Amino acid sequence: MARLDDVDLAERLFLKGYPFNRYGPRPNNPLTTAITPLRKPLSNCSVALVTTAGLSLPDQPPFDVTIRMGDSSFREIPAHISPQLLEMHQRSWAFDQTGILRDRNLAFPLDRLREMRERGEIGAIASHHYSFMGSIVSPSKLIKESAPEVAHRLAADAVDVVLLTPV
Amino acid sequence: MCHQSVGLIQRAIEYAGMATVSISVLKEITEKIRPPRALFVPYPLGYPLGEPDNSELQTRIMRAAFSLLARNDFPVLESFTP
Repeated sequence: MARLDDVDLAERLFLKGYPFNRYGPRPNNPLTTAITPLRKPLSNCSVALVTTAGLSLPDQPPFDVTIRMGDSSFREIPAHISPQLLEMHQRSWAFDQTGILRDRNLAFPLDRLREMRERGEIGAIASHHYSFMGSIVSPSKLIKESAPEVAHRLAADAVDVVLLTPV
Repeated sequence: MCHQSVGLIQRAIEYAGMATVSISVLKEITEKIRPPRALFVPYPLGYPLGEPDNSELQTRIMRAAFSLLARNDFPVLESFTP
């Protein structure tokens, strides 16, 4: 387990002072408290991946690491690609990128999903998966625009279950 | 910040009617965000699925994460034991 104390000093001081509670669950706002139970066995479910590792395909525009408050856009990753093709663009240097560069499955386990599908542990792999770049300091655009848009696309793709991986 | 971003995306997806589970390496942040389901893993930042090129460990972490989907004592915040 990583601890805040492992993060470099500037980042740690920032995180300790950051108003995370502002974005926590609020009883009077259903968007912050919504919970969807699993309605059928995982072996019948279509599963999608969402990561904040900043992964994108070579023919997609890379994430913009120069936006001070964070790039809240997303990239749609088709299910048929080889994960090792994905490039990583990250504003955050708070984490060690070498593991993901060696094996994209460390943050985007598409090959593992394929194996689980072959074994019948999951019903299907969603046709599209989604990548964000973390480091979104000011998340209002994420909350109002890009997160609901990704949720809408996942629902339109008849996804049942989403596995999310921050880095 | 990645953990906050994931928590916010996770809630939008639940709101749209899909069940979600996230993997977290920063328990301190995820406990503040309180997503519906999260699995804490004992690995460094940048290593949510444990180790590169270790498909056996990666699969075990995914199975542990998916197993939280069967629970209904929200929020389901569990630790992975390697």
